[in-house]
Amino acid sequence: MAGIRNEIRFILNGADIALTEVAPDATLLDWLRLNRSLRGTKEGCAEGDCGACTVLVGKLAGDGLVYGSVNACIRFMGSLDGTHVVTVEHLRGSGEKLHPVQQAMVDFHGSQCGFCTPGFVMSLYALWMKTPDPSNAAIEKALQGNLCRCTGYEAIMRAAHAISSYGKAARDPLAVERKDITERLKALYDGARVEIGSGKQRLIVPAGVDDLAAVLEKEPGATIVAGSTDVGLWVTKHMRDIPPAIFIGGLDDLRAMSEKDDVITIGAGVTYTEAFDTLSKRIPALGPLVDRIGGEQVRNMGTIGGNIANGSPIGDTPPPLIALGAQLTLCKGKKRRTIPLETFFIAYGKQDRQPGEFVEAVHVPVPAKAAKFAVYKVTKRRDEDITATLGAFYLTLAKDGTVADIRIAYGGMAATPKRATAVEKALIGKAWNEATVEAAMAEYARDFTPITDMRASAEYRALAAKNLLLRFYVETTGTKAPLQVSRSEAA
Amino acid sequence: MTKHVPDLKAQKISGGVASDQRHDSAHKHVSGTAVYIDDMPEPAGTLHGCLGLSTATHATITKMDLVAVRAAPGVVDVLTAKDVPGENDISPTGRHDEPVLADGKVEFYGQPIFCVIAETREQARRAVRLAKVEYEQLPFVTDIGALDPRKDKLVTPPLTLKRGDAAAAIKAAPRRLKGKMRLGGQEHFYLEGHIAMAVPGEDHDVTIYSSTQHPSEVQHMVSHALGIPSNAVTVEIRRMGGGFGGKETQGNQFAALAAIAAKRHHRAVKIRPDRDDDMIATGKRHDFLIDYEVGFDDDGNILGVDFMFAARCGFSSDLSGPVTDRALFHCDNTYFWPAVHAQSAPLYTNTVSNTAFRGFGGPQGMVGAERVIDEVAFALGKDPLEIRKKNFYGASGDKEGDRNITPYHQTVEDNVIQRIIAELEASSNYARRRREISAFNNNSRFIKRGLALTPVKFGISFTATHYNQAGALVHVYTDGSVHLNHGGTEMGQGLYLKVAQVVAEEFQIDLDQVKITATTTGKVPNTSATAASSGSDLNGMAAQNAARQIKDRLTNFASEKYQVPRDQVLFLPNRVRIGNQEIPFGDLVKQAYMARIQLSAAGFYKTPKIHWNRDKGEGRPFYYFAYGASCSEVSVDTLTGEYVVERTDILHETGRSLNRAIDLGQVEGGFIQGMGWLTTEELWWDDKGRLRTHAPSTYKIPLASDRPKIFNVTLADWSEANEPTVHRSKAVGEPPFPLGMSVLHALSDAVASVADHRICPRLDAPATPERVLMAIERLKREAARPA
Repeated sequence: MAGIRNEIRFILNGADIALTEVAPDATLLDWLRLNRSLRGTKEGCAEGDCGACTVLVGKLAGDGLVYGSVNACIRFMGSLDGTHVVTVEHLRGSGEKLHPVQQAMVDFHGSQCGFCTPGFVMSLYALWMKTPDPSNAAIEKALQGNLCRCTGYEAIMRAAHAISSYGKAARDPLAVERKDITERLKALYDGARVEIGSGKQRLIVPAGVDDLAAVLEKEPGATIVAGSTDVGLWVTKHMRDIPPAIFIGGLDDLRAMSEKDDVITIGAGVTYTEAFDTLSKRIPALGPLVDRIGGEQVRNMGTIGGNIANGSPIGDTPPPLIALGAQLTLCKGKKRRTIPLETFFIAYGKQDRQPGEFVEAVHVPVPAKAAKFAVYKVTKRRDEDITATLGAFYLTLAKDGTVADIRIAYGGMAATPKRATAVEKALIGKAWNEATVEAAMAEYARDFTPITDMRASAEYRALAAKNLLLRFYVETTGTKAPLQVSRSEAA
Repeated sequence: MTKHVPDLKAQKISGGVASDQRHDSAHKHVSGTAVYIDDMPEPAGTLHGCLGLSTATHATITKMDLVAVRAAPGVVDVLTAKDVPGENDISPTGRHDEPVLADGKVEFYGQPIFCVIAETREQARRAVRLAKVEYEQLPFVTDIGALDPRKDKLVTPPLTLKRGDAAAAIKAAPRRLKGKMRLGGQEHFYLEGHIAMAVPGEDHDVTIYSSTQHPSEVQHMVSHALGIPSNAVTVEIRRMGGGFGGKETQGNQFAALAAIAAKRHHRAVKIRPDRDDDMIATGKRHDFLIDYEVGFDDDGNILGVDFMFAARCGFSSDLSGPVTDRALFHCDNTYFWPAVHAQSAPLYTNTVSNTAFRGFGGPQGMVGAERVIDEVAFALGKDPLEIRKKNFYGASGDKEGDRNITPYHQTVEDNVIQRIIAELEASSNYARRRREISAFNNNSRFIKRGLALTPVKFGISFTATHYNQAGALVHVYTDGSVHLNHGGTEMGQGLYLKVAQVVAEEFQIDLDQVKITATTTGKVPNTSATAASSGSDLNGMAAQNAARQIKDRLTNFASEKYQVPRDQVLFLPNRVRIGNQEIPFGDLVKQAYMARIQLSAAGFYKTPKIHWNRDKGEGRPFYYFAYGASCSEVSVDTLTGEYVVERTDILHETGRSLNRAIDLGQVEGGFIQGMGWLTTEELWWDDKGRLRTHAPSTYKIPLASDRPKIFNVTLADWSEANEPTVHRSKAVGEPPFPLGMSVLHALSDAVASVADHRICPRLDAPATPERVLMAIERLKREAARPA
């Protein structure tokens, strides 16, 4: 280990920044606005849901430098070590001339009150760098995390389509300077553990996984922060103390994804965005699901590991991963153990994780060729909404058309992500037909007693949940008729 | 910015009226340089406030222990009701029912009871949580479903509108039915939350930067709360990050508290509530229970209607009187009710006091009218559009003299709904798609499509007649540049730009020569709220009036100096023709200055023709009406109730638009906001009376991916105002909002398909996937029941 460093270092727009005094719960948004007087980045909700605070964070990935939109309001300063932070002030630079994204937004009347606008500009900027000529669907996806209350979005969509007529993404400063910034970021990397502050007011960025294990053994009560899309709200909304905070989102050894023997291993620091390509290719049913978790900014920060570790009953990845038969590796000190993911969730707010232990990776089997796998998320609003009910189904049929095996898991229906064992029992060994399915739908009442809350009533959850089984059944019959409403382009 | 060089040979000025100018702040919006109040540099030593909110729904406060709060790091002061030096009241209508800080009694969960003032915002927020407040609980009611609109407590007197004998007409009608509709409220969700920064001055003086649509009211409330005259209080607002009615009265509280603290400590004080506090502690759109009874004939002619509009007003009156009045004013929408009786019930509830929201009760009234149309259509097995067309007001110019009187006895003189509907029906291919959808539904087991075309007529003017006035202040400087100020506020709607276009047009100078300035009570006094869609109509006319006064003086001056008749002084683009010579506008201004001509004027306007007698329920509350219509198609998943909007076509009229680009944005944005209200935006209180949808994580406004997949919006190019409005334009703020009704009715149509369109879905709003699915289930059950 290369020792301990007592400062975080990153690049803000063009400037090198080194901070020796940073609170563990200091947010990027407050720092930009209060310490740097960069007030183009706005606070709309302080919970990562409106996008008014969107900035870009560039981080090294492999040999490259990847920029993603993030919510500055729930992004902690400690997580920025070794990154490039780009705010709306950077686009125009010192010149009079607007950036192509900005000029398109002006010319197509994309702003009215203007408060959400810098956030939209940043989200569109991130999209344009990756996809200079995006489809409607791509723009909508990039803007899932940006709320506008004035325009109805139509003008913003028109602007988004026009950006490339104002300039070439390849000639954008962030593209032209990428090599230089990459070198500067690499130069910041020294393999050291970062520690700032003392006692409870301490933030730690471990040097690697082994270092993380060592730190956690000493600080079993510390808060592990990966993407901070959940922990961020503990601070901004609940004013909870999180120190000492250990930031693991930048640890290379946790950011790896690999596949062996049809099992995909996802490190605990892998974001939804980073996991998307592999998952949607290898397990296609997961693609549309990941696309509906949070908004783009949240997917660029949030991790599947965190989604599991926090044990929320409405976390979206555990049910499908349970249905797929995923395993979880936990690490404490030098000891590792691997358990079925399903057994990790013990009760509401209680997981099978010891003090000082952390989630290292999840191992997800790719569905067998003959198996049928689906996952359906039901929400009040289609995108960027928290689940009312979510069902995942993994079906193996025997040669005679009976159900050899089926694993069904739900979110939003109980205090933890949970299997529908009674429903499964009613299906296994039976002929896979509508009569069987209808009989099994009556078994949901044995498995689940959902609650009523602001997202849905108990009655709705119960009804929609069992209807998902019917949808799954009909889908497996290979029907051509549409089974779900969709955002794909209209006929 | 470089100095503007006017083109002295131009055929036309740049940026006059009827040109599609970009928003005056667009460059700053996209660059992050547009300054909102939280972005202003704070005076040294600025303190920060945070409100302490009630954790009881209806209770007497028995003990308020704030010792730990006062001792918390950075805390400078804690204000309670007794610290309000003047009157502890911010009731906007003078009913004295809304304290700045609750005094001994709380009437909703989240009511402000104290205010922490600390060195930083973070410290103030943390300190608030240390309060120990004890309550003696009282019985509470949050849902109006539990109330009797005829007997229970009201926050303000109800209104009754009647024409003819509705009861007799319904009784005599060949067919009649009655029903009830539940219609949800709506959170404004302006992206910039409430904020006020008060800067103390000498003597009693205080300047407040307030995110408000109504600076004069903030001024008055602050002066009352401080017990000082209005002339000591100056309120300024350059721009808001959205308002939508949510900043018409709701900013008063934050401004008053910031001002009180600023005067106590001789330091600037800023209060910016967290989003959750903002959503919990400030009012929303009124939700309604609408009881209706209708009599009609077998052809679908409606003969008589009776409505009861019961509204959840919350614990105080705020603007609930005029809001519920406006619901009644719009219970006809575009329809002639031959006999009508409509009554409001502004009910007291232990919830936050509901307030203005784009449409101001009007959309709620119209939704009631459209439900009645749906009921009649289903009862007769006809397409609702057919029933709509049958019951429209007589087209203007028709000889149907008795089919154009509203329930409030105003004659509709400018009706264009027939033309709008005919054009939209054709451009949206309504009839063909109706057949296609029917075929689609027959072949699709779970996904069902629905289609609906709904009309809009919206009354323009404040129904409180005295609000229909405006002032402006225009200065012309010796270099020919112009300084413009008026009483309207900018919340994104492009008002500043439109008024500037009017002034540029008047002087015939390029728009760049007109400097837009922040609204301030020190320049234009006694202004009305920027509300009721009236911003351009009122302030545009007032500014035009000011410009004309100056122009008149310049004309007289030129006529005298150059010895030509007045009619030979012509204002051409950037220049003035005086007899046979042309001189730059700036040169004439300079000469006038040297001759000691006054180059500043205060303009004024009051809307003509309008009057309203509330006791009789008769008058002409509206100067004119604005019309539009929308047609939406949806797909519904009958297994989950989830849906998408496949296509929406809109035809809307804005008169001879001052700026069609701005108006188009208002129509598109208004539609989406209206759609959100009726679909996914749900306010949800738990059984303890707590609002649980108080952040964007739980309250879902539309996203880009909720837009109709195909969205065709057209402004009627033939439209012009009947009355001499500013350049014959029409108001555009609120009228497009109820266009969102077509989505609710398309959903209803899709739901109806599961019972072969034989049963009225009675789909309540917001039509969340849950409500849609439950309506589907009910229809399936009813259809299966033996007749």
